[in-house]
This record gives sequence, C-alpha cells and structure tokens, in this order.
Amino acid sequence: MGNFFTDNDDLVFLFDFLDLAEVATAQEDNFKQQDGSGDGYAPIDAADAIDNYRRILTIVGDVAANRIAPRAEKVDHEGNTLNDDGTVTLGEGVRENINSLAQADLMGFTLPREYGGLNCPNLIYTMAVEMVSRADASLMNIFGLQGIAETINAFADDGIKGEYLPRFSRGEVTGAMVLTEPDAGSDLQAVSLRAWQDDDGQWRLNGVKRFITNGCGEVLLTLARSEPDIRDGRGLSLFLVDRGPRIKVRHLEEKLGIHGSPTCELVYDDAPAKLIGERQLGLIRYVMSLMNGARVGIAGQSLGIAEAAYRVARNYAAKRKQFGVAIEQLPAVAEMVVDMKVAIEAGRALTYETCRICDLENNNLRVLETAPPTDKDEAKERKQLARSLKRLNGMLTPMSKYYCSEMCVRVANDAVQVLGGSGYMSDYPVERYLRDARITTIYEGTSQLQVVAAVRGVCSDAFTKYVEAFEADQYTDDALAKLHTQLVECKQQLAEAVDAVRAEGGNYMDLSGRRLVDAAAVVIIGHLLLRQAKVNERKRAVAERFITTGALAVQRDVARVKSGDKSVMTNYALLAGPVCAGA
Amino acid sequence: MGYHSVVCVKQVPDTSNISGEAMKPDGTVNRAALAAIFNPEDLHALEAALDIRDAYGGTVTVLSMGPLGAAEVLRECLYRGADRAVLVTDRRAAASDTLATSYILAQAVRKLKDYDFVFCGRQAIDGDTAQVGPQMAEKLGIAQVTYFEKLVELDGRTVRVRRNVGNGWEILEGRLPLLLTVLDTANEPRPASARRVMQRKRSRAVDELRKEIAAAMPGASEDERENAFADGVEKLKMAGQLIEQWNLDDIAADLQWCGLAGSPTKVHRVQSIVLTKEGFTEVPPTEDAIRTMIHELIVDHTLG
Ligand SMILES: Cc1cc2nc3c(=O)[nH]c(=O)nc-3n(C[C@H](O)[C@H](O)[C@H](O)COP(=O)(O)OP(=O)(O)OC[C@H]3O[C@@H](n4cnc5c(N)ncnc54)[C@H](O)[C@@H]3O)c2cc1C
Repeated sequence: MGNFFTDNDDLVFLFDFLDLAEVATAQEDNFKQQDGSGDGYAPIDAADAIDNYRRILTIVGDVAANRIAPRAEKVDHEGNTLNDDGTVTLGEGVRENINSLAQADLMGFTLPREYGGLNCPNLIYTMAVEMVSRADASLMNIFGLQGIAETINAFADDGIKGEYLPRFSRGEVTGAMVLTEPDAGSDLQAVSLRAWQDDDGQWRLNGVKRFITNGCGEVLLTLARSEPDIRDGRGLSLFLVDRGPRIKVRHLEEKLGIHGSPTCELVYDDAPAKLIGERQLGLIRYVMSLMNGARVGIAGQSLGIAEAAYRVARNYAAKRKQFGVAIEQLPAVAEMVVDMKVAIEAGRALTYETCRICDLENNNLRVLETAPPTDKDEAKERKQLARSLKRLNGMLTPMSKYYCSEMCVRVANDAVQVLGGSGYMSDYPVERYLRDARITTIYEGTSQLQVVAAVRGVCSDAFTKYVEAFEADQYTDDALAKLHTQLVECKQQLAEAVDAVRAEGGNYMDLSGRRLVDAAAVVIIGHLLLRQAKVNERKRAVAERFITTGALAVQRDVARVKSGDKSVMTNYALLAGPVCAGA
Repeated sequence: MGYHSVVCVKQVPDTSNISGEAMKPDGTVNRAALAAIFNPEDLHALEAALDIRDAYGGTVTVLSMGPLGAAEVLRECLYRGADRAVLVTDRRAAASDTLATSYILAQAVRKLKDYDFVFCGRQAIDGDTAQVGPQMAEKLGIAQVTYFEKLVELDGRTVRVRRNVGNGWEILEGRLPLLLTVLDTANEPRPASARRVMQRKRSRAVDELRKEIAAAMPGASEDERENAFADGVEKLKMAGQLIEQWNLDDIAADLQWCGLAGSPTKVHRVQSIVLTKEGFTEVPPTEDAIRTMIHELIVDHTLG
C-alpha cells in the first residue's frame, strides 16, 4: 500500500516546517466552535487541527496512490465521450476516480462545516491537489475545481449556498468555471455571452463558450455580459447555471494531454441562470478571486506532475547501464536529475508559502466581512493587513503559477530525456507526464499573463518590503551567511534592472517582464530555502545548489535587461520573416 | 427496517512486509517485529456489509477479538462508516487457536442478538487457515457461504449470493441469518472518510482510556486517576465515542473452550520453505503423457 503523502519526504517536511498553527488558528477563528465530539468535528485547538490535516492528507495520499494512480493509464487512453444529445459520458476510470474522492469525503475540502465541508485551509488543499495530480493530472481538473464551490460560498446569497454547497460536499455535483469564448481568451474583458432578464425577471444566458473544463458538469459558473452598453469588464456579471436542456455540449476537444478532463464547447440557448452576488462585479471581483485560487491550484498540479516525472527518471537513472555504469554516474544525466529535484523543491517552497499567505488573507477578509471587529484599532489593523496581503498575493500567486508550470514542463521534458528512447515510448508514463504538463503554462492565464500580473509587484514595494523581512534573518553558519549575502546582492542587481526598465519606458517593461520575474523568484525562493536549510541538513545542499546557479541566472537576466535590446519590437518584420504561406 | 450485519475484523502482523525476526523459535508469529495492520480481506468483508446497509438500510457492527491494540482496526472501521464497534479482549483468550477464537466470536455475536448477516474475511494473512468463519457458523447454528463474491439478490429473508469456486462460480440461495466469508475480488473497499476520521478519531475502548490517563497523570493518586477515568468514560459515552469492550464473562464464555485450554491445535514444526524453479517438463495433452506425469508425481510424493 503506497501513500503519496507519507512517501514524499519534502511534502512531509513542509507540513512540519510551515507555521500551520497560525494558519489553523485563522482558519478556525481561534477555535470558537470547539465541538470535537459526537458528530461535530471542529478542532479544539491548533494541535487538534493539525492532527486532522495530517490525517486528511494521509487519506488523500492513500486514495491517490492506490486508487487513482493505477487507473491513470486507462483514463488517458479512454478519454470521455460526447453523446448525440449534447451530453457527455465520462470515461469509466474518471467516474471511478470521482467516486473514490467522494467516498473519502474530499469534494468539499475547503467548504465550511455547516455545508458538510472539511474547512481545510488552502495550503492543505493545495497539498492534496499536488498528490492527486501526481496520480493523474487530468483528475486534478475535477478535484481542483473546488474553487467554484468556494466562490459560491464567498459571494452568493444564503439561499444559493444552502442549495448547492452541501451537494458539492457530498460529491453529488461538480462544477465548471465558464469564462473563455472564441474571441475572449486571455482578454476576458471581451466576453460577449449575453445575459438578459425575461418578463418574469428570470435571468437567461445566450451564446457560446469554449475550452471549458468539465463544461458537462452540473453547476456552471458563467461569466456573461449583463450590461450590453458597457463594453469592458465592468459590464460582466457572474451567473450560476444548472445543467439542463438549454445547454448543450457542442464539441469535446481532442487534446495533447489531460485526456481524462473533458474540455467542452458549450452552447447556451436562453438558459435560465441565477445571479451571483452583485451585477457588474462578475469579472473585476468574483472571477479575479476565483482565478487567484485556481492559479495556486495549477501550481499544485504542476508540482504533482513534476514529482511523478522526477520519480520515474530518478529510478531509471539508477538502474539503466550504459558504458558499463549506471547512467546517473554520467555528469550530464546526474545534472538533469539533480536539477529536477531542486526545481521541484524550489517550486514547493514558493507555492506553499503563497498558500500560507493566501490563507491568512482569505481568513482576514472573512472576518472583516462576516464579523468586523468592533474595536477601532483592531479594525484598522485588519484593514491594513488586508491591503498589504492583497498586494503580496497579487505578486506571489501569479509567480507561483508561472514558476511551477514552467518548471513542470521542463522537468517532464528532462524526464523523457533521461529515459532516452524508452521515454518516448508509451511503455513508460513519462511521455504522458510531458503531454499533461504542457497545459499548465496555458490555462488559468498563460505564463505571459502571469508575468504581466507578477511584474507589477516585483517593481513595487510589495516585493522589496517582503524581501526585507528575509534580509533581516540572521545566519550564524558561515556557509548559509554567504548564500544570504549573495541573495541580498541579487536583489540589488534586480533593483538596478528595474530602474533601467523604467528609464527605457514604452513597452520595454512588457519585453523585460519575464526576466524581472525570474530574478525576483530566485531571490524569494532562495530565502525560503535558506530558512529551510536552518533546520534541515539536506536542505543546505539544496539551498546552495539553487542559490549558486540562481545567482548566475540573475546576473545574466539583469545584463540582458540592461542591454536595452528591443530588436524584437523594432525589427520584428525583418527578424520574424513574412507571414508564412501554406501554414 | 433494513439488515443488521456483524463484521468480524482482525488486526494482523503485516506479513507482506516482513522485517527482522518474523517468527519466534516456538513457531508462533513474533508480533513485535511486524507492523500491525487491518487484515486485508476483512476490509472487503466490511465493504460488503456497508454496501448492504447503504442499499437496504440497517446497521453494521464490527467485532474484533484481540489485544487492546486491536481497537485501532475498529476505529478504521468507524472511519469507513461502521455504526458500532465491539472489542473482545481478555487475557484468558490469549493463545486461542481457530476453534477457540470462533467459539469466542460466536459468543459475542450471540450477545449482539439481532443479526441477519455475519461477514468475515476469507482468511487472515497471519494464519491463512480460513477456518474461523466456517467454525463460527457451525457454532451459531446458521448457514454459511464461503468465498463470497457478489450479492445477487436480497429479498426479505431470502438471499442469493455468488461464490467463487476457483475455476468458476456458483449461485447459492439461502435464508437469513447467514454467515459469509468474503474474497478480495468481491469489491473495492472504500477509503476512510475524512469527515468521519475527524468525528471518530477520539473513539476509545475503556482500557485505552485507562492507559492514556495513566500516561498523562504519572504523579496522580489512584483516586484522582479513577475520577479522571470516570469523567472520561462519561464524556466518551455522551459523545457516542465509546468502543464497547467485552471480556469473556461479558459474553458468558465457558473458559474451557477459550485460550490455551480450548485450543487443540498444536504447532508441530515450522519449516521455512523457499520454492525454487529448476527447469520444466513439457507434458503433451495426451492420455498417456498425463498418466505418466501423475505416476511420477505419486512416486515423488507430490500427490497422494
Ligand atoms: C485544456 C484547456 C482547458 C481549459 N479550461 C478552461 C475553463 O475551464 N474555463 C475557461 O474559462 N477557460 C478554459 N480554458 C481556456 C484558457 O484559459 C485559455 O486558453 C487561455 O486563457 C488562453 O487564451 P487563448 O487560448 O484564447 O489564447 P490567446 O489569448 O489568444 O493567447 C495566445 C498567445 O498570446 C499571448 N498573449 C495574449 N495576451 C497577452 C498579453 N497581454 N501579454 C503577453 N502575451 C499575451 C498568450 O500568452 C499566448 O501565448 C482552457 C483551455 C485549455 C487548453
């Protein structure tokens, strides 16, 4: 009996390392509910909550290793089926997987207990997402869509919450986030699906959506234009639509990977809909919040795929012999394996730190909205905290999604390389991992869009203030102190690059964004790994490898930014060549 | 309404992950050297019972005989949805063989009274005898079906089940109450439910509570401990978290049938046999060739 939680030293390490007591205390409102008896299951204190989290993750690890992972290959081959009547039949393996997750009561992971949920913080949920994705990346798209229920919980009225959320918790329904349209992809302000009210005041939706994960699910959170006269994002509202005869799946996409996840084109034929929250806040408030959660989820998915790929490569490199030695003794192979492992641990450090801060932010917001403090100073403090956490997360969330998704494509790609010809064959799962990995840099906002979002924070005091706290850390150990100094220098170099970009003006920021975010990620992750190295011997080596190579990358990125080279824009036509005939 | 099932479950040493000295010199299993786990086929027995309850209503009671530590497998059952848990634990039951064990378990089932089904795993991985279930049925005087694989029909007091007979299956019809021993091909056991784990993780048998209190209050007087214990029991009861703990007197067991006294089985000798493969003989599918093969097998005492 394997277990994807207990067999993963790094995940277990982080579980113990991160300040879960702080997260649990915020999540549980200082343990006000206290009914750890009978059928109540509110934790009585932080230790009790953490014990629950550990037990829950152990169940997820069991389900992932012993039920989901063995079905992954079948799910990949089988896919799902579109029926003539516009419905979709999920593949057998997918249905079995959903059933396993529901049996283990994992489908209301973050929902409050009053709706049958587990009331887990995002940090624990993301660890679960990682494990599920390691078992089957395509299932994460259904397991990982719990943000839909969370959004209903955060913004819908009590009637809708009471009607839908318990069904999510019981695993009776799954949802979809229905945003993208043929002409509105990265640019969601262009969404045009029409929302109108009939004579009875009933909202109805009309139009087409595409690329919708689990669009065949029962509860469709749909972004639509309720204000035809307002052309931008402020004309959009969010609606809850039940699957019904007025919604048809017109097309099921054939995809490179994540075959178990149905990607649907949906036609709304004046389908009845319920407004979520207030009109006009659909994109600018609700979907933004939904997407932030979902982005962290993709970071988790990326970590899971990378972990799966690394494990196959690690073992293969130890067994396969060429030139009389195990190939892991060949420096080029050794470097690939080490780089994979270090990159995964780096991504984890960043992602779970991001989750931790998201949890603090979400719980602070919840208090402000549901039980605003009467004490003036506390209210002020909480509001201030809300502002600073929001800015910090505005940077860390897209950075995590960007870093981990790019990392996982690289790791899966290298895993295929380590296995050589065998990696290219379907006898080993790494070719599937590579196909599955490829989506992560695209959906929930492409890497380019994550960079656009993250770079704002990197160029502001959201980054500098956050990093200052790390720079105040004291390292008595010489080796660690040296690495710490190196990171301080990296930040100074990055600051120079930011100045250079500002001086350049125009769209040079868009051109340099990626390099600035890459450099900032090195600084932040470097500090996080250093803190881990303080308490863990092995992590010293990890931190050293990451910071030494990372610092060189920062130097190169900074030099490129400072070079002021804008040829891709100024000389585009010449360099890119003409638009190709016959392509 | 519905059906009441009793499921017998056992905590066993994990013989699939053998480490250290798994056997004592006297031929019994060295439990200390092996991790204690839920006997795998008992999980399938539990699942079969839960399936019936989920489909027809009723209750599932889990029953285990063993040392105090066996309460852990009972909690595992509660996490998966069992309604009630009973631990039969008694020093005088130690060293029980299958005959004594089935007697004790049958006494406990009798005490539970109203039951329609008794489920057992086919066999436990520490003894591999597959005897306890069938012997229990005899002692309870109820019908039994071994190698249960599928419930075909359940209508009132009549049940039809499919049993695996190795190279095929047969469908049997019987009247309740009925004892079934379950194969691992019968179903896929459900995972523990996260919510139920949080609800039931504090479930304790009284002696577990007593031990925990002793450990938590090392300097306390006898009286203080007794008070804490009484308090604790009350709390567990109120919260519905008490795992019932019975001894041999509670189940009106005749001691001469229990423990060493009630166990005629003697381990004569334990041999460690490593099967090795040394070449193979191809036997053509002709009458003559098969006759010759059987003859050879009889000569070298493989058969007969
Ligand atoms: C398998 C799959 C599942 C999906 N699931 C869902 C779902 O459940 N719900 C949903 O609503 N959508 C879903 N999508 C849609 C997905 O979110 C979009 O595909 C994605 O946001 C990109 O939009 P696009 O495909 O229109 O690409 P485009 O927006 O056309 O982008 C094309 C290229 O231009 C770049 N680009 C665009 N704008 C900028 C910019 N401002 N700066 C820099 N670069 C830019 C992009 O990075 C990309 O490289 C899914 C997509 C896929 C493939």
